[in-house]
Amino acid sequence: MVPLVSIQGLSVAFNGVAVLRGVDLALGKGEALGLVGESGSGKSVTWLAALGLLPRHAKVTGSVRLHGRELLGAPAHELDQIRGGRIAMIFQDPASALNPVLTIRKQLSEALALHRDLQGEAVKAEAMRLLNLVGTPDAARRLSAYPHEFSGGQVQRIMIAMALAGNPDVLIADEPTTALDATIQAQILELLSSVRREMGMAMVLISHDLGVVAENCDRVAVMYAGRIVEQAPSNQLFADPVHPYAQGLIGALPPLDGPRRRLTAIPGTVPDPARMSDGCAYAPRCALAAEPCGLAAPTLAPIASDRTVACIRAEASRRALLGTAAE
Amino acid sequence: MGRYFAMRIGRAALTIVLVVTFAFVVLRLSGDPALMILGPEAPPEVLAAFRKAWGLDDPIWFQYLDYFSAIAKGELGRSMRDGRPAMDLVLERVPATLALTLPAFVFKVALGIPAGIYAALHRGSAIDRAVMMTAVAGFTVPSFVLALLLVLIFAVQLGWLPSGGQDSWRHAILPIATLSLGGAAVLARFTRSAMLEVLGQPYIRTASSKGVPWRKVVTSHALPNAAIPTVTILGFMVGTLIAGAVVVESVFAWPGVGRLLVVAVANRDLAVVQCILLLVALAMVTSNLIVDVLYGFLDPRLRAKGAHA
Amino acid sequence: MSAPLVEVSSISRSYSMRSGMFGRAAAVHAVDGVSLGIRKGETLGLVGESGSGKSTTGRIVLGLEPPDLGDVRFDGQPMAAVGTKAWRAQRARMQMIFQDPLGALDRRLPVATQIREPLDIHGLGTPAEREDRVGELLRAVELTPAHGARYPGALSGGQRQRIVLARALATKPDFLVCDEPVSALDVSIQAQVVNLLADLQAQLGLTLLFISHDLRVVRQISNVVAVMYLGRIVEIGSADDLFAHPEHPYTRALVSASPAPGRRSAGRIVLTGDPPNPAARPQGCAFHPRCPRAIARCASEVPTLSSVGGDRQVACHLVTGAETRDAA
Repeated sequence: MVPLVSIQGLSVAFNGVAVLRGVDLALGKGEALGLVGESGSGKSVTWLAALGLLPRHAKVTGSVRLHGRELLGAPAHELDQIRGGRIAMIFQDPASALNPVLTIRKQLSEALALHRDLQGEAVKAEAMRLLNLVGTPDAARRLSAYPHEFSGGQVQRIMIAMALAGNPDVLIADEPTTALDATIQAQILELLSSVRREMGMAMVLISHDLGVVAENCDRVAVMYAGRIVEQAPSNQLFADPVHPYAQGLIGALPPLDGPRRRLTAIPGTVPDPARMSDGCAYAPRCALAAEPCGLAAPTLAPIASDRTVACIRAEASRRALLGTAAE
Repeated sequence: MGRYFAMRIGRAALTIVLVVTFAFVVLRLSGDPALMILGPEAPPEVLAAFRKAWGLDDPIWFQYLDYFSAIAKGELGRSMRDGRPAMDLVLERVPATLALTLPAFVFKVALGIPAGIYAALHRGSAIDRAVMMTAVAGFTVPSFVLALLLVLIFAVQLGWLPSGGQDSWRHAILPIATLSLGGAAVLARFTRSAMLEVLGQPYIRTASSKGVPWRKVVTSHALPNAAIPTVTILGFMVGTLIAGAVVVESVFAWPGVGRLLVVAVANRDLAVVQCILLLVALAMVTSNLIVDVLYGFLDPRLRAKGAHA
Repeated sequence: MSAPLVEVSSISRSYSMRSGMFGRAAAVHAVDGVSLGIRKGETLGLVGESGSGKSTTGRIVLGLEPPDLGDVRFDGQPMAAVGTKAWRAQRARMQMIFQDPLGALDRRLPVATQIREPLDIHGLGTPAEREDRVGELLRAVELTPAHGARYPGALSGGQRQRIVLARALATKPDFLVCDEPVSALDVSIQAQVVNLLADLQAQLGLTLLFISHDLRVVRQISNVVAVMYLGRIVEIGSADDLFAHPEHPYTRALVSASPAPGRRSAGRIVLTGDPPNPAARPQGCAFHPRCPRAIARCASEVPTLSSVGGDRQVACHLVTGAETRDAA
């Protein structure tokens, strides 16, 4: 099966500093893919680069294909059709993601006019349908309101409505609930999964929150320092993480039930992208690091039919995990 | 909304009172008008008569109140030099000044704003650097230096244009050029930074991610937002239309309000100076009010605040 | 059981807030009749969403702002008047840590100087002793003297929060108020700081008030947890028990909204409606418009915090009302 989106060797550098160092990723039709990692791991940059949304001075190399069509270096008018039309995106801080001086109607209609060829009354009717779909009460009146008149959760709903306006095949949700309160986060995640089901849309959920990704995605890719270090179906990743970093992330998360244990914190900090060694970027923080880890960055290799890991100590890591579990 | 404007108008009135008071205090404390007008050699009895005629021997607070109540009644006094009503003297100079400042305002806007927008959109390019260097030069070179430079090149060296006076439209070219260049530089810098600020906002990325073509992102998403801070500086420039050409008028011997002010200050011609200051204060205050109204028009967040009141 | 170090009795605090620039001023009840006790050496976790009043409670407990009603007692003594000698002595025994360490530090000074500052202010020790103490504090937060010579900008987020912690510990306080101390940090760094805080608490016998929206972190570090909603405590109880068996419908929704790896969202309680607005507090139980189980009584009568057995207290007609019926 040809994947819907296929990213190969995607690299990004800002002023000579590499922030994305060869990302390979495939997204199937209707699939929900989670992308986790800490700040600076490159999870947002991956998709901003794929859609040509990075500042001009960013140097982007590699390949991003949608239905086999190359997006990197595609002419602007072609990209404009894909953005919002085939691949839509929503962002972390809903309050600043909408234009403060334009009405909701204007901002929604803009997307509809661009991708749906709707005119006049039909635009308004569709805008109202979308607002209703995302659960904005009193849509008719709210259309003429400005973004500052809505709460954070409501604005995120409007962002989702706007993203759905072009009937996209993929929705990239970049930390969509990070700025929201817990109960509102639950509402938005629920909304995302229901519209995804209804529209048969694929979704990429970018989050630093393992729990959010685990619950809402079929498959998860863990990123560290500009690379994917592990990729697995989400239930397997959380039950049986193989890469030491994935293990570390899960161990660092305090449990909500069961006995309390001391958190297994990962020592040290994320490496400075300007001073990265040739070896595995995680090696300086890794308890299992051996000499060869410092020599070359490991590539993603399959360890099962649907799992890949970039770690030469994967076997040792797996044994260590089973060992601790057996104790 | 009404209360919002009542507040603004109240503040404007207070500004005018302060300006009038300030003018009174500074001028009265910096020298004796009788001595300035009649000269140090004038006989004491002439000086005394002059002071009595103009009320200068009354207690200072009495002079202030007297003067203030006159202004409130619209009586702005007479020039101490030739006895004509000060307001007439000032008003007959206004057209000459506007003949310089109005065209200059148009050139500033027509030059500065597009240059700023272009520089912001092509940040770091050769054109951006050129615009910024010109802007910094226009910003830092004082207008009298620029004026003299232009005179040196176009009047003295090339002999294309007259260096001073008000005899034909050709006499206005150099003063207008001087005013326009400095103002355009300020506007270009300001517009560029407002535009860069807006272009870095998340909603610009949102618009691009919707598939809005870049040209439209700029015109319908970035410009309306960048207009908000730019209006502030434009309002300030409108406020300086009446008396913003003091230096340029002096250099080019242009008989406008600015030149009148310089002469009046030198002569301690109180009534005329106060009259001009009042006019300037009125112009600034009015332009500020216009800016406030425009803000409400451009920024729905402020509009909403007004509507609640 | 040791006596409470900090005792908060029905404190209330309201602000007058204007809608818009010249709108009519409306009273916002940020905190409304909150009572708490924190025993020596223990941690009380305070959870809630934005607008719940948890941060205001923290500030009142620390004496950073006075309550309109009610009082706070520290070690059996009432809070001294601000600016007095007694107040300074009390303040040296209680410190605060905020979410944003960069905002709490001065970018223009080396961090060691900033750790030393409270010692200079309170005149503790000779200059040489202060120098030693700074080194000791840096080691206590697992940093080196080399870190002390740096400026805040040259440190990572986790390291900065350690510096803030070292500074807070300089005067050997008994009590620490931590307001979202790890919320801005990445998961792996968050775990480092949480572990450090737990270790220091055990070593130094610190008493903590730990304010956070993150249930996991709160559970990890707290003995007792109080849940706030629109200025009131709706449920309070021992940490493990409260999260395992939440009683109040709001606590249930919060616990169920906290995503967990390895669990799919089946059976999640998703609350409808907008987040609470302190300026428009509903009548009766403030939670009733969003409550999936609300009855008529909830809209008119404010439920009081009542014991439901053990050390658990809940403010909900449905929970405590059922108890009364059972008893009858």
